[in-house]
Amino acid sequence: MQQTGTERVKRGMAEMQKGGVIMDVVNAEQARVAEAAGAVAVMALERVPSDIRAAGGVARACDPRIVEDVMNAVSIPVMAKCRIGHITEARVLEAMGVDYIDESEVLTPADEVFHLKKDDYTVPFVCGCRNIGEAARRIAEGAAMLRTKGEPGTGNIVEAVRHMRMVNQQVRQIAVMSDDELMTEAKNHGAPYDILKEIKAHGKLPVVNFAAGGVATPQDAALMMELGADGVFVGSGVFKSDNPEKFAKAIVEATTHYQDYELIGKLAKELGTAMKGLDINQLSLEDRMQERGW
Amino acid sequence: MKIGILALQGAVREHHRMVEACGGEAVLIRKVETLSEIDGLILPGGESTAIRRLMDRYGFTEALRSSGLPMFGTCAGVILLAKEVVGQETGHLNKLDITVERNSFGRQVDSFEVELEVRGLEERALAVFIRAPHIAVAGNDVQVLSEVDGKIVAVRSDRHLGISFHPELTDSLVFHKYFMDMVKENISKKMSV
Repeated sequence: MQQTGTERVKRGMAEMQKGGVIMDVVNAEQARVAEAAGAVAVMALERVPSDIRAAGGVARACDPRIVEDVMNAVSIPVMAKCRIGHITEARVLEAMGVDYIDESEVLTPADEVFHLKKDDYTVPFVCGCRNIGEAARRIAEGAAMLRTKGEPGTGNIVEAVRHMRMVNQQVRQIAVMSDDELMTEAKNHGAPYDILKEIKAHGKLPVVNFAAGGVATPQDAALMMELGADGVFVGSGVFKSDNPEKFAKAIVEATTHYQDYELIGKLAKELGTAMKGLDINQLSLEDRMQERGW
Repeated sequence: MKIGILALQGAVREHHRMVEACGGEAVLIRKVETLSEIDGLILPGGESTAIRRLMDRYGFTEALRSSGLPMFGTCAGVILLAKEVVGQETGHLNKLDITVERNSFGRQVDSFEVELEVRGLEERALAVFIRAPHIAVAGNDVQVLSEVDGKIVAVRSDRHLGISFHPELTDSLVFHKYFMDMVKENISKKMSV
C-alpha cells in the first residue's frame, strides 16, 4: 500500500536537498534565475527579510498568486513561509501544493504560545532553531527539517554561526552523555526526552539542519558548511547584491566546494558589492526576529 | 570492491551507509580524477538540475559520458542516466536507453513509500518516492525490473541500473546488493578479457 506524508517521506525530501542552496525569491523571474544558478529549491516570498525589516508592520504569508507564479515557473521544489502558529496559512499553502512550509520567525507570529502541530500535515515543515531545546521541540512537533534562525535580513553571519555552533556542540555533548544524565538534560533544555534519546543513539540530529539568517557572501555560505550545516538558505543575500545571477552561482559553488579556498577566492573576486550588513548590537531586542518562537 | 558516490549534492551520506552495509568500500567522488579509483559509481538523489550544473562545471558530464564504469542512479540519478528527458532537448549522460519524465507522481504532498516487487528477486524492497520521475519508454535492450501503478520505476541494462525512488532512505539493501553484483560481474568480465 502506498503511504503519503510519512516521516520518512517528509524527512527524505530534506535529505535530497543536502549540500544545496535554497534561495528566497519574490517573483517568477527571480525563481528562474535561482533555478538556472543551481538552487535546489526556492522560497516564495512577498518580500525578502531585509525588506520586511524596512517595511515594518505585520508580515504575513505570501500572496498566493506569487506562490503560484513561482510554482509554475520552475521544476525545483517550492517552499513558502507561514506565520508561527497560523494553522490556516499553513493549510492554504498545503492545499496549493507547496513542497515545503517554513513556519518562520521572519513573519510576525500569529500565536505567541504555540507552534503548529506539524505531524498532522502531509506537507513537510522546516523550522528555525538556536539551540537543542528549540531544535528538539520543533522535531517533536513534526518538523522534518531544521535551520538556524540566525538574524534574517541583516547580512550579518554572526548569529547563524552562534546557533550552528550551539546546536552542534549540544548534540556532541548528548552523544557522549550517560543514559542516566539524559532526563535532567531534557529538563534543562525544555527538550522532549525521546528526541534526546534519538540524538544520543545516532550521534546526530534526526533531521537535516541548514544554515539561515545572515548569509551574504560565498564565504559566508562556505563557512556555515565548514561548521557542519547540511546546506544553506540565502534570503536577502542574492537579490540584494549587485549581480544576482553571478552571485547566485557563486553561492551554489562555494557551498558544494566549501573547502576549495582557491575557487572561492576566484568566485568572490568577480562579484560586485554584497548586500549592506546590519550590526546585531544596533538591533533592539524586539527587532530581533530570532527571539520569536517558543 | 570500491563504490564511488557522486558527492556534488543530495543524499550522499545515505548511499555511503548502504554501500558499507553491503560490505563494499564507499568513496565520495568530488573530482573527476578520482573516478579511476573506483569499480562502480552511484548517482544519488538530489535536484537533477543542480547536480547537472555542477557536473558540467567540474568536467563530470564529459568524463562520465565516455566512462565504462557500471553506474546506479536513484531518482535524480536515473534522470542523469537517461537518453531522453521529457521536456528537454537532450539527455544528460545518455547511458540508459530510456525516456524519463520528471515529477511524474505529483508534488511533495503526493510523495509516498511502498513495498515493491522486483522481477527476478524474492525479497521485496521498501521504496521511498520523493517527487519521483518515472520511465515512460524503455528501449529493447533495457530490462524492466519494477512498476508502480503501471509506471516503470526500475530498469537495468548491461552495466547500468536506474530507479525512480530511494532505497537509501530505508534499511532495504536489495538494490544496492543488486548493483554490487553487477559491478562484480563487470570486474570478472574485464579480468577474462
